[in-house]
Amino acid sequence: MVSKSLIADGVSKSLSLVILIVLLLAVLSPFAIITFNTFKTEAELYTRGPLSLPKSLDLTTLRETWARVDYTTKLMNSLVISTAVAFLAVGLSLLNAYALGIGQIRGRAFLLVLFILAITLPEEVLAYPLYYFFKSVGLYNTRLAVILVLTVLHASYGTYLLTSVFSVFSRELIDAAMIDGCNKLQLLFKIIVPLSKPSLSVLFVFFFIWTWNAFFLPLIFLVSNTKQTVPLAAAVFQTQHETLLTPQSASAFLGVLPCLIFFVLFQRTLTKGITVGALK
Amino acid sequence: MTHKGSSLYRGYALFLLPGVLAFLVLILFPFLANIGLSFTKWSGVGKPVWIGLANYERAISDSSFWASFKNNLLLIVAMTIIPTIVGLFLAAFLFDYIADKFGQGVASIFRAGFYLPQIIPLVVAGIVWRWIYQPQWGALNGLLRFLGLDSLARPWLGDHSTAMYAVMGMMVWFQIGYPLVIFMAALQRIDPELYEAAALDGASWLQKFFRITIHLIRPEIAVVVLTTAIHALKIFAPIYSMTRGGPGKATIVASYFSYQNFFERSNVGYGATIATILTLIIVLLTIGFILAQTRREE
Repeated sequence: MVSKSLIADGVSKSLSLVILIVLLLAVLSPFAIITFNTFKTEAELYTRGPLSLPKSLDLTTLRETWARVDYTTKLMNSLVISTAVAFLAVGLSLLNAYALGIGQIRGRAFLLVLFILAITLPEEVLAYPLYYFFKSVGLYNTRLAVILVLTVLHASYGTYLLTSVFSVFSRELIDAAMIDGCNKLQLLFKIIVPLSKPSLSVLFVFFFIWTWNAFFLPLIFLVSNTKQTVPLAAAVFQTQHETLLTPQSASAFLGVLPCLIFFVLFQRTLTKGITVGALK
Repeated sequence: MTHKGSSLYRGYALFLLPGVLAFLVLILFPFLANIGLSFTKWSGVGKPVWIGLANYERAISDSSFWASFKNNLLLIVAMTIIPTIVGLFLAAFLFDYIADKFGQGVASIFRAGFYLPQIIPLVVAGIVWRWIYQPQWGALNGLLRFLGLDSLARPWLGDHSTAMYAVMGMMVWFQIGYPLVIFMAALQRIDPELYEAAALDGASWLQKFFRITIHLIRPEIAVVVLTTAIHALKIFAPIYSMTRGGPGKATIVASYFSYQNFFERSNVGYGATIATILTLIIVLLTIGFILAQTRREE
């Protein structure tokens, strides 16, 4: 009896693992397909189909696509915009949350509601007035325009999250520091910031990746080729080279690649961050 | 130190200054301007002409408007309903069974793998799937032919009857990892003694799942449902990269319809109206949801 149930247990154990592995492979297959077909020549795709492994690591398509989309420039644009937004939005969230979570501000609840509403707002509702505004002040088609808007939008989320972190911050510690003659700036930078580094770094990673992945606002604000970001370049390339299949695969591959690197770098922060964000 | 406590926490308003100013200029003012524009007819040049509620009346009788909101509802099915249900079962399975039999590490690898699509830009995810759905050389039709199911092969995104389902399929793929990660974290805070007590009472896995698990992680389920539903209503990028709303109006969504009116058709007033209606729906949904939550907690 015992051995029989052990066998049944072993079978269901391995069966469940097999089913799960098949599911996981199905989820990961789009990444594999894009990768395979990036390293094929157009001729190889037509003769052997999209599902086959590439015969050799043919780098021609990738190299040509890299040059044609001017990928180095796009990478730099994305890097500059994402880093700037991450720094600025963390800073802005910090200042807002310092006032709302530590200080006593009149209208605190009202301001928090405003920030929450800003998080849920569809970007289309800001799009045209901002487009018109940036055109009239000469910021249209500049990276700065995208940086400014995304900073404020992300800081709404950051303010909301950090305020709830700060509102449970040890009051004894703050009182003690203040009695020791610490002013508000010293309190912020010598006590609050060092002690909330984990929350700040989660926000930084989040803002960086959200900005990297942003599409709608860069699409309407960045028209010239030299200003565009990686996701934008992938979308533009796709419309311009409708008929070429391996270069299209390569441009998708180049769109995915940086994110895979971020994923490896930030995996822990990301999964920790989304659960923190969800529960606050 | 006579007014200890209260006075210590005063005078922080200065720190709010940059945040509030930026908020006014870049969010609140454009938001109000957009509502203002929704009552006008404007091509983007010259002066907007006040037309009252005419844009709203136009929306109600516009089949594209209704098609776009119908497709947003279908995206809620693909991005909220399916991923939440699948995510619940998958999270419970990974947590209860896989982590127990094969260790925490194995469960974490699966979790990370299912989460992976979430980290790529949606517009790029759309390009990847457009490639997979490609009629002649796409991987999906390739797979069907390989399996001998040639008759099922079709131009998925080009066919009126399948385009929206193809978009939905891609969104399910994209979205599964999000509820999974949140639910697995939620399961960690449930007291294992509850399960042990239930097991002693002879409860089956399904009974424990419905009576304990789902019941106790309700706050996380609520957050997932609200955030993904809002996300589904706002969706733009994958429609842009996969179908541009086509064929016909088969995959049009509210935000893409509004974008078309702004930047392709120079109907700025009408675009603003659609964006305003979309915002109204999202805000009402959020408020209603939060009210329902707080009432439940009381």
